[in-house]
Amino acid sequence: MRIGVDVGGTNTDAVLVAGGRVVASTKQPTSADVSSGVTAAIGAILSDADVSANDVGAVMIGTTHFTNALVERDRLDRVGIIRLASPSGEALPPMTGWPEALVARIAGATFLLPGGYEVDGREISPLDEAAVRAAAIDCREREIGSIAISCAFAPINAAMEEWAAAIIADAHPGAHVSLSHNVGRLGLIERENGTILNAALASLAQHVMASLERALAALGITAPLYISQNDGTLISAAEAASYPVLTIGSGPTNSMRGAAFLTGVDNGIVMDVGGTTCDIGVLANGYPRESSIAVDIGGVRTNFRMPDILAIGLGGGTRIHLGDKDDSVTIGPDSVGFRLTQDACLFGGSTLTTSDVAVAAGKANFGDRDKIPALAPALSAAILTRIGDMLADGIDRMKTQSGDVTIIAVGGGHFLIDDDLKGAADVVRPDHASVANAVGAAIAQIGAQADRIIDYDAEPRAAAIDEMREALLARVTAAGATPETAEIVDMDEVYLSYLPGRSAQLRMKAVGSLADAANVTAATLPEARHVH
Amino acid sequence: MFIDDAAVLADLASGAAFLGSGGGGDPYYSLLLAEAALARCGRFEVVSLADVADDALLAPCGWIGAPTVSVEKLPNGNEAVFGLRRLEEIMGKRIDAVLPIEIGGGNGLAPFIAAAELGIPIVDCDGMGRAFPESQMAIFNIRGLSACPSVLTAADGSLSVIETEDNITHERIARALAVSLGGIAHMVEYPLSGAEAKAHAVPSSISAAIAVGRAVREARAVGDDPFAALGRALEATGLYPHCLPLFDGKIVDLERETRGGFSVGKVTIDGFGDSGQMEIEFQNENLVATSGGKVLAMVPDIITVMDRDTADTITTEKLKYGQRVKVIAAAAPDILRDARALSFVGPRAFGMGFDYIPVESLNETETA
Repeated sequence: MRIGVDVGGTNTDAVLVAGGRVVASTKQPTSADVSSGVTAAIGAILSDADVSANDVGAVMIGTTHFTNALVERDRLDRVGIIRLASPSGEALPPMTGWPEALVARIAGATFLLPGGYEVDGREISPLDEAAVRAAAIDCREREIGSIAISCAFAPINAAMEEWAAAIIADAHPGAHVSLSHNVGRLGLIERENGTILNAALASLAQHVMASLERALAALGITAPLYISQNDGTLISAAEAASYPVLTIGSGPTNSMRGAAFLTGVDNGIVMDVGGTTCDIGVLANGYPRESSIAVDIGGVRTNFRMPDILAIGLGGGTRIHLGDKDDSVTIGPDSVGFRLTQDACLFGGSTLTTSDVAVAAGKANFGDRDKIPALAPALSAAILTRIGDMLADGIDRMKTQSGDVTIIAVGGGHFLIDDDLKGAADVVRPDHASVANAVGAAIAQIGAQADRIIDYDAEPRAAAIDEMREALLARVTAAGATPETAEIVDMDEVYLSYLPGRSAQLRMKAVGSLADAANVTAATLPEARHVH
Repeated sequence: MFIDDAAVLADLASGAAFLGSGGGGDPYYSLLLAEAALARCGRFEVVSLADVADDALLAPCGWIGAPTVSVEKLPNGNEAVFGLRRLEEIMGKRIDAVLPIEIGGGNGLAPFIAAAELGIPIVDCDGMGRAFPESQMAIFNIRGLSACPSVLTAADGSLSVIETEDNITHERIARALAVSLGGIAHMVEYPLSGAEAKAHAVPSSISAAIAVGRAVREARAVGDDPFAALGRALEATGLYPHCLPLFDGKIVDLERETRGGFSVGKVTIDGFGDSGQMEIEFQNENLVATSGGKVLAMVPDIITVMDRDTADTITTEKLKYGQRVKVIAAAAPDILRDARALSFVGPRAFGMGFDYIPVESLNETETA
């Protein structure tokens, strides 16, 4: 059996999955130190299900901590940025087009240095070892402990980034170094953006991963710890500590996959109503629909493969602002967030929230109804209509064909979604709907990746691709994925014109879902650990 | 007109991306550069062809090379200005205004940065009405103007002047230079007079691109179908009289190679439902779209792959396995469809063994 955990900004949810179903679940407040909240959550489900720590096969954790840190511009490191490409690229220095507030928060020092490769493998200019060393020393003297390195055409040749990292390790030994070839593929600006975001998360990632490991140790769990990444597959805690940016899309991925697992619905729209936002995503054949081009993270353009999510400012903690006139009212966008249980009227506070209106109208039952101020029936109806309109508008913006769709309502605030919501063919509310994220983490995908340089003159392209595809699909099914869910999710081919013949680096990734989540043990998972 | 609003630049980038038929380079990088130039200079002046003096000296600008390179090897920033200054020395007179050699893709925005630096206007026109991979495909060559003197500049500061009588030779030299400079270079070519531009340039294509980009943005903002808005906006420009959705599906194979200074390859899209497959061949730009053995669109008509939900254009260097896309075709401007033009920009000019058939004829049964 295994444990799935979702560490969110407000709540830490945990589920115990055994025999292909959820046998225990809990929702606990997220603690400032992360670990005590995780300890409490996992401890609760173990005692609930009367399971010993020794019986846990694996712990899978998804966290929105890193995304929240970027969006809130909080707990971020200042970053030293070294780009190896000059004189090319000087017109577009790092962080061009970024939100000013984020630049002000994390820009430490920027160095545009000679280096980089041409498409044919030649050097744009040779690496200036002394200049890299001077940059490292400059960062050290300015107490900049995290350094992002990008290099033109690093995806076809990583040598210069690695050389620069070695120089930094020597000149600024304590620095955390993020290399662009580990973060993304061709597209220097987007890859560099992801690398800088990663570097900004360095201290937080180390802190969070250490906290998680401490939590497991406190509970006596010796099973391996995995962190879910953007595509629903797993990486080790050590990898996540070095490259946390690879996990920032895992929240929506987990909630959508969890929703699909809990309902058996493969095609529909998942609406995950949290405290502050409602995240709306499209489920196509059991998988989240991905965004095709650019993904904005905290206002920064990246090219990660991530679910296409529309977040609207409507959650269970969203504030209701009453105007002077009887029927004038504004909903949000501000929210009481994790202070819901103190600030909302139904918990004895003085802030009117969507939860107050919903409970007063009998749509949910928690808190103390008697503490909610009486609203005129017309006003209450107007607020609920407005909420319905906001949600219906969100569905309309995400759906790709006309006609009503199946809605899967999950998240702690799912009661805001009416059964007769406009645009909904039907509204499905699975058991454990409020912990779908943790369920998604627990049912992580099996992933396998291959990477090979092939001379197509010697081996025809179609045959080479077929061979790699079949081998990867066999690997994920051998690791426990059902054949009908195993599929190639990514393929990337870069021609290496500096090699003889028609040589290309072919990379492919396959993933699949488990027939029975209970069967997953650490032994079936290592393939997912080599993912970048 | 003056452009002093970054939102208008974004509309231009979006519209130009569509008109690029997959090529012309990623407009995002050009947009960032143009936004930075706008912040420095306050505004860009865009003048209509009618307002240009007949004896004015105009210089078309753009980047030559492979879009796959342009996303890694970014500009130094001095390329355009160095090239334009050298052209002024050679011509012995000031350049009065610049224009994009091609409206499509990032090149649609290329002259804005130089214009801001030199304090001169941009003329609302271009030399291709879309994007094409080769220099001699410009309307200026089709109408008999010389590409030379042309000036190529690169990120490392190197500069080359090409002087030749023959525009095909010019392309060959320019391409070889671009390859030796790493696969991307800036080129100022086809210097021409105001009178020549009025006679030959594709008119009002910058404002057409802005209108197209704006229509898509506004449709998305209110939840309307962005593809319908795109079609209406294209047809309203008068330049692009037909717009047809060709295919809807997921990318299942992508062969893309940087070769001889171009990005060349083929993308295969699996249709949703039982709609079969579409294959699109490209050389920087999408050239021909085929489904079930039948050609559905061909160069010089515009063939653009777009995100099927957001209607964002996906240029050929941004195509990725697994993307869910719609393929949209648009009729090329009429001036690219006469016999002389087709000899330079029709399918046979790209080595294909068939004659040009307009996209609206190829899809007659579907649209009737």
